[in-house]
Amino acid sequence: MEPMAIVSIFVLAVFVGFEVVSKVSSTLHTPLMSGANAIHGVILVGAIIVADHSKTNLELGLSLAAIVLATINMVGGFVVTDRMLEMFKGKKKGADQ
Amino acid sequence: MSSTLYDLIGLAAGVCFILALKGLSHPKTARRGNLIGAFGATVATLVVFLYVTPPRDGSEAHSLPLHNLGWILGAIAVGLIIGVPAARRVQMTQMPQLVALFNGVGGGAAALVAIVEYLNLGSDATTAEVIFTVFTVVVGCVSFSGSIITFMKLQELMTTRPVVFPGGRFVIAATLAAVLGVSGWVVAALGTTPLLVLAALSLLFGILFVLPVGGADVPIVISLLNAFTGLTVAASGYVLNSTLLIIAGTLVGASGTILTRLMADAMGRSLFGTLFGAFTAKPQDVAAAGEERPVRSGSPDDVAILLNYARRVVIVPGFGLAVAQAQHTVRELADLMLSKGIDVAYGIHPVAGRMPGHMNVLLAEANVPYDQLAEMDEVNPTFGQTDVAIVIGANDVVNPAAKTTPGCPIYGMPILEVSNASNVIFLKRSMRPGFAGIENELLYDPKTMLLFGDAKASLTKVVSALKAL
Repeated sequence: MEPMAIVSIFVLAVFVGFEVVSKVSSTLHTPLMSGANAIHGVILVGAIIVADHSKTNLELGLSLAAIVLATINMVGGFVVTDRMLEMFKGKKKGADQ
Repeated sequence: MSSTLYDLIGLAAGVCFILALKGLSHPKTARRGNLIGAFGATVATLVVFLYVTPPRDGSEAHSLPLHNLGWILGAIAVGLIIGVPAARRVQMTQMPQLVALFNGVGGGAAALVAIVEYLNLGSDATTAEVIFTVFTVVVGCVSFSGSIITFMKLQELMTTRPVVFPGGRFVIAATLAAVLGVSGWVVAALGTTPLLVLAALSLLFGILFVLPVGGADVPIVISLLNAFTGLTVAASGYVLNSTLLIIAGTLVGASGTILTRLMADAMGRSLFGTLFGAFTAKPQDVAAAGEERPVRSGSPDDVAILLNYARRVVIVPGFGLAVAQAQHTVRELADLMLSKGIDVAYGIHPVAGRMPGHMNVLLAEANVPYDQLAEMDEVNPTFGQTDVAIVIGANDVVNPAAKTTPGCPIYGMPILEVSNASNVIFLKRSMRPGFAGIENELLYDPKTMLLFGDAKASLTKVVSALKAL
């Protein structure tokens, strides 16, 4: 990929990341952190790619370990976030802002 | 699948993540936001099986299916078998440390991916690729070992107080210097041994970095490590040529950084002070530790009488309430008082529990009506008109030392000003100080009454005593 394209993607994503969470009530800090935590579990995609590319048993072993860890991160993260948010169901005091 | 279609689907997943973070920022849309994120992640994971990413060396991509497909699916199954039950079964009280642990394994996964990338790099790798790979190994390892320490602190497998040892700051500085030095070595001379040395040093640095952080500040560190892991994912995306990973990782890195700052603000802490406070602060003598001082302890009947003649009562729940699983009993007490015409509110500190918003989750689980939960800014001005403040298993969040004792670890943290109420009742297991390890002067105040014992058992006795009146 073009280096300039990558820098553009990176910078724009930084600003989007800043903007979307800049006004969040402290009640939601924990679920938001947990949700963001689950999102970086997509490193699973990277782990699968390197497992496909692995040529030696060492590489394959490390990749598979990465897949296990990334799956725990991603799936566990979304499930636990959902459990937290389930508690809020129907008991919100209107829009917080 | 063509590479264009693959990239488009990756882009769609990236958009899902943006919508997820946006949704998670508002109470009404939070749950839907999380589901959108999960959907995006699932789609991204599925399409990676339908498209073979060309190897870095420029050779032709092999045809489908992926190599090692059986192994890959098996590893995913193992991850599911571990991750899903852990997330489903965890007690809500222990949820913060589970989040820390999930973040740690994510960092570990990123580091492992980078190590494999590194072994695959070969001599034609560009300097930028090597640098990004090394960055991922270092930060992923720091995030992994640091998160494990935060997990141990929250699980109370180790002391929750800042761990400082003589010369600690020099050890940390030296480790950091060694990490940077070895990074340079790895970039200059590609080799497996330097990389393993680097990984070991980074793991060590992660441990040393988190050890001096006090228990109350741990959530801020978790959030910071979460942002770190995001950045490692972005760096992996660069090396693996995956736009999706770059977008997702950068989003988490950026939003995680902002979130870390918001959390630090909510707790009245400076980020710098949290991370480096332990280096500058002298080890604190815990005020009057071990010294016996008189306290006024009461019986459940005394408490019930006090409550019976109150017009306004504020309940201040803390982590001790959750540990004792007393959420339902406290709601019973509140309902009983309401039926006697007493005005009842819950005063919720932003960081009550172990993380911002944790207490709201715990009380919501016990079906406490949302409109009875008052945030700190709402409830603080009302303590002057409050007859009784009941502090249940909380300590640091009502400790006046945060206002009066410069230099103590929680100084500057906004607190619930229960000392303005006419009477204060503390339900405590013992005189043990709170999570931050600081003595609370309010316990010795003449208007304070202490009710010792397990919060649930004590509350049950108060409820029956109050019913009898």
